[in-house]
Amino acid sequence: MTEVGKARKRKEDRRLLTGRTQWTDNLRQPGMLHVMFLRSPMAHARITRVDVSAARDLPGVVAAFGGQDFAAEQGSLPCAWPVSEDIVIPDHPPMAVSEVRYVGEAVACVVATDHYLAADALEAIEVDYEPLPAVLDMNEALAPDSPKVHEAGNQAFTVKITSGDVEAAFRDAPVVIDRTYIQQRLIPSAMEPRAVLAGTDGDSFTLWSSTQIPHVLRVMLAVVTGIPEHKIRVIAPDVGGGFGSKLQVTAEEVLCLLLTRRLGKPVKWTESRSEGNLTVHHGRDQIQHLRLAAEADGRIRGLQVELLADMGAYLMLVTPGIPMLGASMFNGIYKMDAYEFGCTGVFTTKMPTDAYRGAGRPEATYAIERVMDELAAELRLDPMEVRRRNWIKHEEFPYTTISGLTYDSGNYEAATDRAMALFGYDKLRAEQADRRDRGDPVQLGIGVSTFTEMCGLAPSRMLGAANYGAGGWEHGSVRMLPTGKVEVITGTSPHGQGHVTAWSQITADALGVPFEDITVLHGDTAIAHKGMDTYGSRSLTVGGIAVLKACDKVKDKARKLASHLLECSPDDLEFAEGVFTVKGTDSQKTIQELAYAAFTAHDLPEGVEARLDSDATFDPENYSFPHGTHLCAVEVDTETGMAKIRSYVAVDDVGTVVNPLIVEGQIHGGIAQGVAQALYEEAVYDSEGNLLTTTMADYLLPTAMDLPDFVTDRTETPATSNPLGAKGVGEAGTIASTPAVVNAIVDALRPRGIHDIQMPCTPERIWRALR
Amino acid sequence: MPRTAITVDGVKYEEEVEPRLLLVHLLRERLGKTGTPVGCDTSNCGACTVMLDGKSVKSCSVLAVQADGCDVVTIEGLGANGSMHPMQQAFHEEHALQCGYCTPGMVMAAIDLLRDNPDPSEDAIREGLEGNLCRCTGYCNIVRAVRRGAQEMGQAVRTP
Repeated sequence: MTEVGKARKRKEDRRLLTGRTQWTDNLRQPGMLHVMFLRSPMAHARITRVDVSAARDLPGVVAAFGGQDFAAEQGSLPCAWPVSEDIVIPDHPPMAVSEVRYVGEAVACVVATDHYLAADALEAIEVDYEPLPAVLDMNEALAPDSPKVHEAGNQAFTVKITSGDVEAAFRDAPVVIDRTYIQQRLIPSAMEPRAVLAGTDGDSFTLWSSTQIPHVLRVMLAVVTGIPEHKIRVIAPDVGGGFGSKLQVTAEEVLCLLLTRRLGKPVKWTESRSEGNLTVHHGRDQIQHLRLAAEADGRIRGLQVELLADMGAYLMLVTPGIPMLGASMFNGIYKMDAYEFGCTGVFTTKMPTDAYRGAGRPEATYAIERVMDELAAELRLDPMEVRRRNWIKHEEFPYTTISGLTYDSGNYEAATDRAMALFGYDKLRAEQADRRDRGDPVQLGIGVSTFTEMCGLAPSRMLGAANYGAGGWEHGSVRMLPTGKVEVITGTSPHGQGHVTAWSQITADALGVPFEDITVLHGDTAIAHKGMDTYGSRSLTVGGIAVLKACDKVKDKARKLASHLLECSPDDLEFAEGVFTVKGTDSQKTIQELAYAAFTAHDLPEGVEARLDSDATFDPENYSFPHGTHLCAVEVDTETGMAKIRSYVAVDDVGTVVNPLIVEGQIHGGIAQGVAQALYEEAVYDSEGNLLTTTMADYLLPTAMDLPDFVTDRTETPATSNPLGAKGVGEAGTIASTPAVVNAIVDALRPRGIHDIQMPCTPERIWRALR
Repeated sequence: MPRTAITVDGVKYEEEVEPRLLLVHLLRERLGKTGTPVGCDTSNCGACTVMLDGKSVKSCSVLAVQADGCDVVTIEGLGANGSMHPMQQAFHEEHALQCGYCTPGMVMAAIDLLRDNPDPSEDAIREGLEGNLCRCTGYCNIVRAVRRGAQEMGQAVRTP
C-alpha cells in the first residue's frame, strides 16, 4: 500500500489535543528566573538616562539592567540579505543604548523570581528621553529635508532590474494601465506568543525558543554574541504557528542568552500579546506603482514596477530581501516582451518588517492580478478572457519568463476550467448582470486570481547570485534501529505543518516499513544536527526530498548486506515493500532483518559498516511553482458598505500530494490569512508613531463568523525539479486569495465608477467610495 | 493571602494566592496544568478557555480567588481511561488543528456550545466559536469537527 497520497490523520495531534504540549512557556528549569523588558513609548528619541536602581530594591528582583549594561557584549542583530551594493545596514543593538527608533524597542529589563514581581519592578525603572522627530511616511522620508532615522539617511537600498526593451513596449502602446496600490502593514499574529528560555552549565548554553529556525538561530547567536557555536544548543520545542514571524533572530533571544551567562541561572521570557504586536516583526507595507502596456486585444507588451518598501527602523534577518522575493513574480503567469522592476527600501521609525506568509510574493501577485482586472475593464473583456490571452499555455512548459525564472510545469487552463465549473462562473455572471439591471442595493462582484508563485526556498546557487548569506539545501537522516523501527531526523522545523506525519509517509514508501514504525525527530540542534529550517514553502520540496535521498542510501547499504547474506550479486536483488528478494527465487531478507544484522555485526562483508543509518542533503535545482485559480463571489451592500464573501472556490496545483488532508488544511489557512488582508487587518500607527493596534481587540484577526466555508479542489501537474513531483503549499492560499477578494469587491462597484478600494476593504472605506 | 480551595481535573487543591493572581496562572504556574495556554492579554483569543463549574470561561479573565470552591476542567481532564473525549477525537479526524495552540480552548468552547445546542448548524457553530481565534485552519475543519463531535456525543448519549 503506498502511503504517499493517503489522507493520513496526523501523528502530532494527540499530544496537542490532550494538553501534553511543550510550548516554550510551559518549560521549567530549577532556579528559573523571569525576564521582562521595558519598552520605549517613543517612536524616536535619544535616551538620556536609564535608572534601574529602584527596581533592583523591590521584592523578588534579582537584577535589572539598561542598554548601557549590555553595550560591550550585545553585538548587532544580523541582516543576512544585503540585496544591493548601496545597501545601508545600520547597527541594531538588541537593547537600545543611546537612541530608540520605534515604539516597543527594549530599553531596560528586570529579572525576578516571578513574572508578577518582574512586572511590578518594571514600573520602578526610570528612563528619560529627548524626543526626536518620528519618520512615518515613506515618500516624506525620502525627501531631502526629512528628519533621519539613521545617520546615513532614510534610503536603505535601491534596486533596478530590466529585461527586454521597456521603452519600445510602452512606445505607442494602444493601452497603458497606470495604478498605485498600497500593501498595508500587517501583524503576523501566530497564536503562540514568542517565548525564550535560556540556561547554562557555566560552559555551554541551551536556548529554547518559539522559533521556526533553530539551526539558523544557533549560527547567528554565535556570530552576534561571540559564544562559540559548539557551545550553543538551540531547541524549538512545540511551536504554535509562525507564518514567517518566527523566522528571525530576535533581540530577546540574544538578551536572554546574555542574561543567563551573566547570572548563571536559567531565565525565561514570554511576551504578552500587546508586546508581541509591537515587537514581532511586521509584514508587507509597500507602495506599488505599476504601469502595464498592452495591445488593443489585451495582449501584454510590457510591465514597469516601482516599489517603495518600508523596512521599519532596522534591517532584520531578511528584511530587505522580502520585496526582492517578489521581484520576479510581478509578471505572474503571463507572457510579455519587457519588464522593469525598481525598488527602494525606506527606513521609518516603525517596527521592522520581515517575512510574513508569502513574503514578497503576495504583494507582487496582488498587484499583477489587480492590474489584469483593470486591463480587462479597460478593454471591456471578461477578466478571465484577458488572462487566457496572456498566460503561458500548458504545452509551453518549461517556460522562461521575462523576469528570468524557468517555470518547470503547470496547467493554468485545467485549474481554471475546474475552478470555473465548481464556482458556477457563468451563472454568477448572469446573476450579477441581473442585480445591476435591477439596481439591487446588494451588488454581486466576482473576483479572479490566476496565480503562481516561486517557493521551495531555494537553490543555493540562485541564493548566492541574489547575495543571500546562506544556502537553501536541506538535510535529512534515517536511523534503522535494531528492532526494525525507524527514526527520521529532519532539518526542517515544523510548527503546525505536520512534517512528522508527512515524512513518515515518504519514508514508509521508500523503505517499505509500516507508517506506525516511523518516528520523526526535529527542532533540536543536538539531534537534528544540520538544517536550514522551515519557511518559504520549502519543507517538503527540499527537506522531504532530503529524507527520501537518505532512504535511498539506507537501501544501498541494505542491498550490499543482503547480497552478502543471501550470497548473490547486489544486481540480482529486487527490492519491494521492504523486502530484498533474489530474482527468481524465494530467498529473501526484510529491511528489518538487515537492520538487525547490521546491529549485531556478526557477519558483515568487507567495507560494510555496522549500521544502515544514512544521511543526505538535497539542494534543489530550481524553485517550485505551485499555481491555481481562485474565484471569489462577494456581496457588497451599497447602503452600508459591508462586503460579505458569498462563495470561494480554490483549485490549486501543488504537484504530487503527499497528504491531501494536510494540503487542504494549508490551503484553508492560507486563504484565511489572505482574506484577512483584503478585509480586516491593518497595523495602524498614529501621527506620532504609536502603534494603535496593539491588541486583538484592535487588530482584527478574522473569527469563524467572518469567513466562509472554502470549496477546494486540485489539479496535479508534477514538479520536474524533485523526484516526488511535489510543489510547496504553505503560502499558496495567502498569495492567491487577497486579489481574488479585492477584485470581487471592485467588480461589484465598477459600474459606480470605482476602480480601487484600499485594503483592508472595510465597510467605511467602501461606503465612502460610494459617496 | 487568601486561601483558595479548587478542584482541577478531579484533584482537590488548597492554595494561598495573591488576590491579583489569574486563574490561568494558578493553573499553569502553580499546579503545572500547562495544557491550557495563554494567547493574548485582552481575553480576545480564547486559547485559555476552561470549564468552571460546567461552563466555559476564559481563564485569563477569572481571578484565582473567584474560583474558590469551584470545579475546573481543563483540556487535560477531558478524556477518560486514556481515550480522548469525542470532541478531541473529532478534531483529530477532521484535521481541525495545525499548530494546536488554540486547540485546548477551541475544544472546550465547542463542548460548551453543545451544552446549549446539541445539534448546531454551521452558522450556529461559527457564532458559538466567535470568541476563539485560530490562525492556522481558516476554521473550515474546526466547524466540521464540531459537527462530527456533536453527532458522536449525541450518539454517546443515546446509546448508554
